[in-house]
Amino acid sequence: MASGLAVLATILVIAPLVAIFIDLVYKGASSLNLNFFTKLPAPVGENGGGMANAIVGSAVLLTLASAIGVPIGIAAGIYLSEYGRGTKLSNVVRFTADVLNGVPSIVMGIAVYALIVVPEKSFSAFAGGVVLGIMMVPTVARTTEEMLLMVPHSIREAALGLGVPAWRSVLSITLRTAMPGVITGCMLAFARVAGETAPLLFTALGNDFWSTSLRQPIEALPLQIYVYALGAYDEWHRLAWAGSLVLIALIVVSVSLVRYVTTRGVLKGAA
Amino acid sequence: MGVSIEVNNLNAWYGTNHTLQDITLHIPANEATALIGPSGCGKSTFVRCLNRMHETNPIAKVTGEVRVGGLDIYSETSAVEVRRRIGMVFQRPNPFPTMSIYDNVASGLRLNGYRNRRTLDEVVERSLKQSALWDEVKDELKKKSGASLSGGQQQRLCIARALAVDPEVLLMDEPASALDPVSTAKIEDLIFQLKSQYTIVIVTHNMQQAARVAERTGFFLNGRLVEFDSTHKIFTNPGDKRTEDYITGRFG
Repeated sequence: MASGLAVLATILVIAPLVAIFIDLVYKGASSLNLNFFTKLPAPVGENGGGMANAIVGSAVLLTLASAIGVPIGIAAGIYLSEYGRGTKLSNVVRFTADVLNGVPSIVMGIAVYALIVVPEKSFSAFAGGVVLGIMMVPTVARTTEEMLLMVPHSIREAALGLGVPAWRSVLSITLRTAMPGVITGCMLAFARVAGETAPLLFTALGNDFWSTSLRQPIEALPLQIYVYALGAYDEWHRLAWAGSLVLIALIVVSVSLVRYVTTRGVLKGAA
Repeated sequence: MGVSIEVNNLNAWYGTNHTLQDITLHIPANEATALIGPSGCGKSTFVRCLNRMHETNPIAKVTGEVRVGGLDIYSETSAVEVRRRIGMVFQRPNPFPTMSIYDNVASGLRLNGYRNRRTLDEVVERSLKQSALWDEVKDELKKKSGASLSGGQQQRLCIARALAVDPEVLLMDEPASALDPVSTAKIEDLIFQLKSQYTIVIVTHNMQQAARVAERTGFFLNGRLVEFDSTHKIFTNPGDKRTEDYITGRFG
């Protein structure tokens, strides 16, 4: 009886994911061809075209976001767990991170619009990367903190007892021991911002042409999907489905790749 | 080579709790010195004061003087420097779980910036031989995680790790209390061999162990050093009534 319920619950958890994926493949796969990955969007009214600029744009935005969000998040997590235990500042930081995590993404977009886009008088890939990066910080910081706290105190003592300076012990021993969990946190944050559309609407803006410049507006897969899904043409709808499939695949592939690369060196029997 | 340790009027507090009171003693070089006493008597705090590990606890405070090989470790050097010269083995084996056996032993040198492969290879082999673990692990040094060894092997790995940085003193805080009798016997054999090269201070709950491995024994009670003398004297003809009560099992 109990195991039957557990199986049922498991199916209920997995079913939506499988259903979405099947639907995506069914509706999107037929529009996936070489052109989709190599061509710019076709002018209105013409068939064909692809989302090459959006794929590259998403890659640029997410690289910049990770370059901002991961180091700041990990550093904040280290502070919370290793240096700031019980201090007022750490409580403020922890509270701020939790609140930041709950701020609607469109509000984050407005804030960065006011802080970067307006003074620069230009939408830009930079502004888009910054907003996504900021959105990564709280998740990365809080998971890093929790993973570091799970490292036994005896491991820290072992390192300090060898005459290792405290900062070195934190980076090379404590953080390294907690690495698998920290990476999971980074991947969660990455996957979350990879699908964000709202904050990009008035930061990265979107761009129908090739651009890899951080100072110019840039296209992103979620933006392109948004525009095409609301468009008037069947061809656009098909491309939107294909774009969604590619976006999901992009997230799954990058998460698996990072996991593979970072766990390759781990030895048998290691915790 | 080991060096002697001179302790003068050492007092320690955790918060308002006065855990060590006016400890003065001389620990000679190249001998094993055992510290015995009931739980909470201050013996663990005492060894932590010898390599400034107590400083990792923010509420700990210490006054007095500790000289290791003539050097005042509180005023004439840094905590990091002190701990490089004074190795420590803890109650529970604590190998670094993400590291191989080799990396565990090499960690102290690597984390202090040594990179020369050949030197590291030599040091790892020497340290594992000193801790009598070499023959059991030499074929899978880099393949096996330190955490995959048995408890007794892990503790000998931790001893090898401490020896690899070439300390002058080895502090052991109840090194065998979490181990089975066979592993305990191996650790005691090791202490016997190691004291020709290092000064060893061992905290133990086990009085037979103190009697077996140590030349000198100190008895701690309620934060005070009640008696410090040759192990033979402590166990056959103690000078203090409280020592006698403790070793004959009347309390503690």
